[in-house]
This record gives sequence, structure tokens and C-alpha cells, in this order.
Amino acid sequence: MAEGIITHLGGMLENKEISCTELTEKYISAIDSANGDLNAYVKVTPDEALAAAKTVDEKIAKGEKLDPLEGIPMTLKDNISTKGIETTCCSKILEGYKPIYDATVWSALKAKNAVLLGKTNMDEFAMGSSCETSYFGGAANPHDITRVAGGSSGGVASAVGGNIAAYGLGSDTGGSIRQPASFCGIVGLKPTYGAVSRFGLIAYASSFDQIGPVTTTVEDAAIVYDAISGYDKMDSTSQGRKGEPTVASLKNDIKGMKIGIADEYLDGVSDEIRTAIEKACSVYESLGAQIVRFKLPSLKYALPVYYILACAEASSNLGRYDGIRYGYRTSNYKDINEMVCKTRSEGFGAEVKRRILLGTYVLSAGYYDAYYKKAQNLRGSIVSAFKNAFGSCDVILAPTVPNTAFKKGSAISDPIQTYLTDICTVPVNIAGLPGISIPCGFDGEGMPIGMQLIGDTFCESTILNAAWQYENAVGAEVFRSSSYGVKL
Amino acid sequence: MQYEMVAGFETHVELATNTKIFCSCTTQFGGDPNTHCCPICIGLPGVLPKLNREVVRFAIRAGLATNCHISNISKMDRKNYCYPDLPKAYQISQYDKPLCENGYIQLSNGRKIRLNRIHIEEDAGKLIHKRGDTYIDYNRGGVPLIEIVSEPDIRSVEEAKEYVERLQQIMRFIGVSDCRMQEGSMRCDVNVSVRPAGSDKLGTRTEIKNMNSITFIGRAMEYEFNRQVELIESGGEVEQQTLRYNDAENTTSPMRGKEDANDYRYFRDPDLVTIEVSDEEVDELRKTIPELPFEKAERYVSELGLSEKDAANIAKYRKIAEYFEAASDGVKNPKTAANFIIGQIFRRLETEDDKESFEIRTTAEQLKELIKLIDEGKIKNNLAKTTLEKMLDTGKPVTEFVSESDMADLDENALAELCKKAVESNPKAVEDFKKGKQKAVKSLVGFVMKESRGKADAAAAEALIIEIIG
Repeated sequence: MAEGIITHLGGMLENKEISCTELTEKYISAIDSANGDLNAYVKVTPDEALAAAKTVDEKIAKGEKLDPLEGIPMTLKDNISTKGIETTCCSKILEGYKPIYDATVWSALKAKNAVLLGKTNMDEFAMGSSCETSYFGGAANPHDITRVAGGSSGGVASAVGGNIAAYGLGSDTGGSIRQPASFCGIVGLKPTYGAVSRFGLIAYASSFDQIGPVTTTVEDAAIVYDAISGYDKMDSTSQGRKGEPTVASLKNDIKGMKIGIADEYLDGVSDEIRTAIEKACSVYESLGAQIVRFKLPSLKYALPVYYILACAEASSNLGRYDGIRYGYRTSNYKDINEMVCKTRSEGFGAEVKRRILLGTYVLSAGYYDAYYKKAQNLRGSIVSAFKNAFGSCDVILAPTVPNTAFKKGSAISDPIQTYLTDICTVPVNIAGLPGISIPCGFDGEGMPIGMQLIGDTFCESTILNAAWQYENAVGAEVFRSSSYGVKL
Repeated sequence: MQYEMVAGFETHVELATNTKIFCSCTTQFGGDPNTHCCPICIGLPGVLPKLNREVVRFAIRAGLATNCHISNISKMDRKNYCYPDLPKAYQISQYDKPLCENGYIQLSNGRKIRLNRIHIEEDAGKLIHKRGDTYIDYNRGGVPLIEIVSEPDIRSVEEAKEYVERLQQIMRFIGVSDCRMQEGSMRCDVNVSVRPAGSDKLGTRTEIKNMNSITFIGRAMEYEFNRQVELIESGGEVEQQTLRYNDAENTTSPMRGKEDANDYRYFRDPDLVTIEVSDEEVDELRKTIPELPFEKAERYVSELGLSEKDAANIAKYRKIAEYFEAASDGVKNPKTAANFIIGQIFRRLETEDDKESFEIRTTAEQLKELIKLIDEGKIKNNLAKTTLEKMLDTGKPVTEFVSESDMADLDENALAELCKKAVESNPKAVEDFKKGKQKAVKSLVGFVMKESRGKADAAAAEALIIEIIG
């Protein structure tokens, strides 16, 4: 039975085996010793964490009942706004920027006395697949620190995989939660577009971005998802969770569940990963699920569609960083135009500039129809292709990434090759679907392999249920890295 | 060769909603810099816009009052450009699916100026240049605007001025904006081109930006028309460009040429959902559109017997029209009310702004009481006029100034008595009159009026006095 860290720690607090302050101190000192290797945190917030822990201890002393997330030490990706705590998207251009308001997800968790340990590393403005475009340098994979943690939510994955946070929130625009979760051998859920409020999430590509949990087990993911999902009047695109909390149906029997496999997802995937997926199919069959094979030809358009649309939105979203109101400003300039130009040239890294240029290009007069408009139309066809698919299956099983965590430095040297590794994750963002990555084995070099379960919109409970059953059947414990972090 | 002016307008009107278009900050004009702001309207990282539905309703009403078709489905787009007063580096506007389309405004000469569209968008902040530095005030940022785009249907400066005036009056009447051009709550961009009279081809146009006075619009258009005609006459060609009007010199000068025209890279704003408007909502809003000034003026002429000029002058201002209608409701002669308003009351309201805000102490009900006394023959016009002045000064009702005895009719004997007294006690005036000074009789009539405390019929008194003097 796969007990998650959240449930485990919650039990310890409740049984007074450890105080919340002691627990928090353990995590803080674990960060101190591990972060040099992992570079998971870009900002540690011990004062805030201990203050929250104190409140929780007072509640415990009074014998009050705790919420499942109360007092659990956690972390937030550095693109989630935290009032008074520097939030930089790991970009030089937001150096020193302290938000004056909280993101809706953080308000929700704060209200539950979540213990924020700090802000975690990410690719600059969430643009990247290795966490290496971060202004602060990349986060390392806790299973092998010569390899990347993945991206863009590499810091959260590294922290949770290295057990220097019990859980964390990341954001997923084209795979940024699922891919690093897969690389680090943990669980990452990208919710349906609109299930979790984006208010306070510093935008990369607004029609793709979603905040989601990064956890060690499926049950933890469900607990966190239930806590952060919900309608938010501050986000017009938010719809909230549909139906009961997902925890309620987590352990349902999956006999008769139809699990779809699309051949296109397996094209170009390494043999080890293909084998791992086939093995997962057998596990499901042994649990009474039915494997359905089908085709998703429009998947071949997913990458260009994603890179055109996401870059277009990014080019507009990132226009506001001009050095006038907050963040970095160049030191020498003659006039406003030079100030803005130099600030942006100096403040943004190469990958961000590349995507702003791409996005500006595809929206320009004369190119709009050939790129942006065409990509929008294709987005529509991908949405319908998935709709059709869910007519014949309940969840789709696919690899999360065509490969396992690669060596540091290799992504930076070949951006196009790196874009291609997003092939299995971007379709979900294009169609606004929920997707979860869970560990399903190791490759020959001992690096974790992840598999992805994709559901129809607002069917988080279905994919969480399928994911829990698999995890329960194979046992989650084996996937945790034991080199770092809090030993419990 | 004879040339014809062809002009069209793009007019920005600030909507008078209480809160901004995408957040709940106040839209109030003024305020210390950056005090009417929040993370949303200053575009801090991570914020999202939330469309204020009241803005949609205001814009629909503007569309209905200008005969537009209201779209059941529309959307918001981003217009990307970089300027310090625009904190997100894009303006949220509507590009290819505006809320209102295909309307018109009819001018007094019967011509219809077609409206291409009315769309909603957010205003930008303001740059303040002071002591060699530039400061930014974002109070105005996010204030809702509608942009009203006309077709190039305007053919003269007179039509242009009337178009702007009518637009202004309509927006004020339906209460969507105060349209104060000096404060910037109404601003016009004017497109001007010329062509040989009778031609149906459009010439190359220039755009005069940000006009904030009807007088200047007229002057700028005239200047631009002449400049273009001279250019063509001398063998040149008009270049499509954006112009700035310099009112001190009465000239236009280029702001930027075509070669560096902005590419706004419009695309749908992914942060906002489709705007849906049901037919029921449109019908409900249609019911809130009041009778418009031109319709009122026509009715004042045909039903109430006012002169066209008086009718237009009263109907032009919403509050005055409402006042007039209340004061004349149920009286014998509505013209009396009109005369009082255009006479005594307008004298106290010198500027257009005074008339627009229409702050006077006498209520329409009080004015009606006075008019009823005239209708009933209880007081004469002169007394009514002086009484109205007192009422306007104090805000007190007519009964404070006119007693029962004032209202009692002066009978023939009493009048004859007073006239006799006037002749007897003013020998000098009588002498003058006898010598042929016709005017001298006026002072005798004045005596009678004074003695009767205004109750006497001046004409009857004059006739009687002349008779007595013989």
C-alpha cells in the first residue's frame, strides 16, 4: 500500500510523534545540506516556514483537528506569486521583485497553514525542458546529480524527489510538471485547463498554463489537487473542479476500465520506455482493465502547434518587463527607448529571447495566417481527435517523455532536439486535458521512467484512480531516491 | 477643379461605469497619481483581467442608441505595442468581433453617417512631464472606453461638427458618458481625404489624432482639406500619415509616417472568455434607451408648438429637457415654460458645462406652479418674471412672493382709478407726451404697474392713459 508523505507526516503530527516546528527544522536543515548538490531552491524562507509551523503547533496543543495539508512543509515554483517573497521566474529581469499579492493557490494553501519552505528553481519563465535556462543555473536530478531534473518545474521535482519538500506546486505549459516528475521518479499532475486558478501564476502561455501538484505518491497528488482546484472569480477561464473530491474515488475498482494506447505516442520512444509501457499494460490487464489500441494521427502537428501558439502568447505576456515599474533595470541609458531595449537585452536569457522572437514573428502582419491562424485551426483538430478518442476509452496511457533524464548541458547545446522531447506532453496542454505522470520503472542506468495517464476534461478522478491502482499494484516505495533529504 | 471633402471619425468615449473594465478600481477622474490602481490595472506579473459586465451593457446601450446591430458573440483581443503608459505592453481591445456593428447617426440635413462598429477597450495611463522628468499616473489605466468608428460619410466641416455634437448628446442622454472633451472623456481621431467633386473614388487619407475640441476639429479639418487640395493642384500626392494638430499655429504636422506604422500583432486575449449577449438582454437594454434629443426636439415643435430653435436648445441638454417636460406637463401653454428656461434660466447658465450640469434652485414643480398662475390669469407676465428671479435666487416657492391679494384681479374701475392717479401725479410726463414724446407714456404705465404691484394689464393701462390725456 502506497502511503504518501503527506498522509504519513500528517499522522506523525496528529499523534504528536513530532512537532510541526521540529519537522520544519528538519526540512530546513535537509535543504541546507542538499541544496548545494540539487540547486532545487532559489530562495529558502525559514522565517515564514517556522511562523506557520508555530501556528500549527498551537492548534495541535489545543487539540484542534488538522486539515490534511496543515503543517506539511512544501514548496512553490518561483513563478507562483507570494506576497512579500521574491518571485522571479528565475529570470534576471525580475530580480528583486516582491509581489504585493498572493496567487489564489497560495492563498488557499496558506489558509490551511501550509508551511512554505521556499521557492524552487525553474527554467526562465518556464521556457525549457531541463531547468537549465534558469538565471540561477539548473536543478540537479536527485537520482544522479550529473543529470538534469527536467523542466521547467525542475526545482520542485528535484526538491520532492530529493525529499527536501513533502510536496510542491509546479506549473505545466507543455509538460513542465509531468516531464520533471518523470525524470525524478515522482508524481506530477497537470490538471484540466480551468480546474485550478491561474491568478498569480506569472504567465508564459496563458491558454496552456496550469498549476498542479508535484508529489511522491498518487494519493498525495489527489489531496493537493483537491485543495487547490476550484472556481476563482479572479480567473475568467477558471471553472473549478467538477464533482466530488478526487480522494473519494481514488481506490475504486478499475475492472472494465478502458485504457487506450495510441501508436503515435510510441513513435521515436526508446526501447526501454516502450517496454515499460507494455509492462504497465499488463499490470492494468491483471487489474481487470481493458487495453484499447487506436490512432491519433493529428498528434504529429502537436509540436509545431504548441511552439507557435505558446511563443505567440509569450511574446505578448512578456512585453510588460520593461524595467519601468519593477525588477531589473539597466544602469546606463540615454532615453526611455534605450532603457527598455537594454533592460530586456540584458534581463532575458537566450531561450526566452528565442521564444519572444518566434512569437512576435508568427503574429506579424503577413505571417499571422500562415502560422498563428493555421496553428489555431490545428489546435481545434487535436481537440476533436481527443474527444473522439475518449468515445472509445476512459484514459489514454502514454510515455511521459521519449527518454530518461539526460546529462546536464546537452539540452542547451541543441534547442530543437530539446523541443522534440516535449512530443508526448504537449498534446495534453493543446487540448486542455488532465494528465498525470507516475513512475513505472528504471532504465539500464538506473534513471526513472515515467508513464502518463491522460483523461477527458475534468476527469481528474478517473486518471488519479487509474494511477493509484497501478501504483498500488507495483508499490511506490521503490522509486524514491534515498541519497538526500529528510529521513523519516 | 472643385474638390470634395471626405471624412470619417474614430471617437473614443470613456464610459461612466463606477469601476474599471477589468478590476474593481474606481473610474473617478482625478485623484492623486496612482491612487486609483491595483495589481490588475497596473499589470503586475501574474494578474488576470475580469470583464466588468456593466461595461458590456453600457456599450450595448451606446450601440442601440446609434442604430447598431448587437453581436450575440464577441471577444476581446490584445493590441500589442510598447509605451510606458501601457503597463502590460498590450491594450485589451476588440479587433475582428466588435460588440456593435452597422449603425448610423442621422444629421439634421437628413444624411445618415454610417457607423462601422463600436467596440470596448481599456484606456491607458497618462505621462506627466515635469521638471525635465517623466512620471506615470496609471489612474486612467483600465478605465473603460468605447471606440465608435464611422464610415467616411462626412462631406463638410459642418457635418463633422454636427456628427460630433450629436454623438456627444446621444451618449449623454443615455447616460453612458459625460463626454467632456477637455477632460478627455471624449476624444476624436479624424480621417480626412479629398477628391474631385462628384467622384466616387476615395483619395489617400490622413489621420489627425486626438482632437479634444469641436472648434479645433473644424479648424484642423479645414486646414487639412486646403493643404491636400493645394498639394494635388500643384501636382503632388497626399501621403497616408498620422498627423498632430497644432492649435496655436492652426497647422497639422506628421507624427509618424507609413513606413514605421505599428504592427499591433492582434490576437485573441487568452485570459478572457467569449462575450455572450442574449437577445433577451438586448431587448431589456433597448427598453432603457430614452427618447433622444433630436426626437425630443421634433416632438417639442410638432406637439408643443415650440420654435425649432427653442426646441433644439432645450432638447440638447438632458437635464434641461427633463426639467422642461416636467414644468410644462399639464400646463395650458408649454411655450411659457420654454420662454422662462431660455430667458431667465439660461441667463444664469453661461457655459455649456453649466447647462449640462444644470444646477438651479427652483424645481420643475415650482416653475409649474408659477406657470399655472399665469395660465389662470391670476398674475401677469411682468410680475411672473420678477417673481421667477426671486424664486431662482432663493429656491422658495411662488407663494412666498405672491400674495392672495396680488393674485386678485384688478377690476376695470380700479384700473381707471390708478390711471387717473398716474396722470394727475405726473404732470411732467403728461406734458412731454402732449409735446409728442410717445415714450413718456411708458413711465405713466410704469407708475400704474408699480401701484398695482404688477397686477395691471400693461396694454390696457396704456390705452386708458392715452384716452385720459386725450
